[in-house]
Amino acid sequence: MNVSLIWQSLPFLWTGFLMTLGLAAVSIAGSTVLGLAVAALRTSRPPLLRGLGRAYVELFRGSPIPITLLFVYFGAALYLGYGVNLFVAAAVGLSVYHSAFVAEIIRAGIEAVPVGQHEAAQILGLKPAQSFRWVVLPQTVKIAVPPLVGQYISLIKDTSIASIIGLAEMMKVGQSIVDRTGDPVSIYLTVAVLYFIVCYPLSLWVTRSQRRAI
Amino acid sequence: MSTATPNTTTIGRGIQLSGVSKLFGDLEVLKDVTLNVDDGEVVVLIGASGSGKSTLLRIMSGLETSTTGEVVVGGVPMHDPKRAPEIRGHVGMVFQQFNLFPHLDALGNVTLALRKVYKMSKADADAKGMQVLARVGMDDRAHHQPSQLSGGQQQRVAIARALAVDPRIIFFDEATSALDPELVGEVTNVMRSLADDGMTMVVVTHEMGFARRTADRVLFMADGVIAEQGTPEELFGNPQHPRTVQFLSKIAEA
Repeated sequence: MNVSLIWQSLPFLWTGFLMTLGLAAVSIAGSTVLGLAVAALRTSRPPLLRGLGRAYVELFRGSPIPITLLFVYFGAALYLGYGVNLFVAAAVGLSVYHSAFVAEIIRAGIEAVPVGQHEAAQILGLKPAQSFRWVVLPQTVKIAVPPLVGQYISLIKDTSIASIIGLAEMMKVGQSIVDRTGDPVSIYLTVAVLYFIVCYPLSLWVTRSQRRAI
Repeated sequence: MSTATPNTTTIGRGIQLSGVSKLFGDLEVLKDVTLNVDDGEVVVLIGASGSGKSTLLRIMSGLETSTTGEVVVGGVPMHDPKRAPEIRGHVGMVFQQFNLFPHLDALGNVTLALRKVYKMSKADADAKGMQVLARVGMDDRAHHQPSQLSGGQQQRVAIARALAVDPRIIFFDEATSALDPELVGEVTNVMRSLADDGMTMVVVTHEMGFARRTADRVLFMADGVIAEQGTPEELFGNPQHPRTVQFLSKIAEA
């Protein structure tokens, strides 16, 4: 363990850390918006829309995330040239990939609301949109938020995969320091601790809220 | 806006069913049922499970559609898919499993339709909500969540929720079947007082005591038809149909 190397590397790792946080925040927002849209398709009535939603989910659930990132990056580069913004490419790739999982969590949350709730709302005269907004959605949120946060934890860790397209997030910064210093243990341990500091409180919260639910 | 009753535009009265059948796939759960319920009448449906009584109730309330036949509830032709939604918000339904909204407190449950469907202000809706909660003796629990209430209390809140929109007709689908025996009375008491106030009620129940004391008319259903009907005295005192005799003797044994 080289404490002075860790100390010297911290400012660089810190800029990578901020990049990681920024990428995670944008991708969490992106995956949630996309996931909501896909969940809406998945729970809609027309078979064609339902099928589209299903195909989207299966496509991204069935492919490794580096492939998704490389496709987005090289696909965009092919059409837009190599000036493609790495941050944007990484955020799009992560959003698209994780939205498939987010969509399934939201769909499960919508479908977990018992049919009797819909019937009670219908009898009271609520229109389908009102019934969704005031009866189904509040219950879906309560059901879906703990697993959603779990998904966001995966996403935060998956931002490290953006290193393969060369974005200077924390993992990439760590790699380049290791390349120069030849001390993987000290550096990767520090990187791991920094990921842990972000993810562990979220993970604790998920565990606690699930215990509350039981 | 005042606390005027939501249903100031009154719909028609009573229920008229003629030739109503219902198929689930190949299974005919209702066969050519004809039934009239007068305004203010309390009709109790009894019969074994699978006899079609819940399906009949769900067709009248608009939760199911009949396969054939005419269903007119409060003047609304429920067999016409274009017009059936007109009934929504004008009749009440009380479910076996209460179906209270778990994310809202008792008052929130009771006022949701007033606020979102009838666009009443929060103050007006709350005033009306407290009034109907008082009607079922639950005004002191207005800010309890459903999960903090006993089954009987939840069902009374559910009745208040149905009452909030001033319905002409309330359907009860085995409203006491999910309750512990000692909690049944508080719910049937509320139901009886609604009957005394002239509410039109169609009640599917296994509570023969309630049927005896409160019903204007008892209908015995078997295999998708109304096998026999009459006043409680007639049906319980001198049943004619062999299936009715059999059913009542089985209940007496239980």
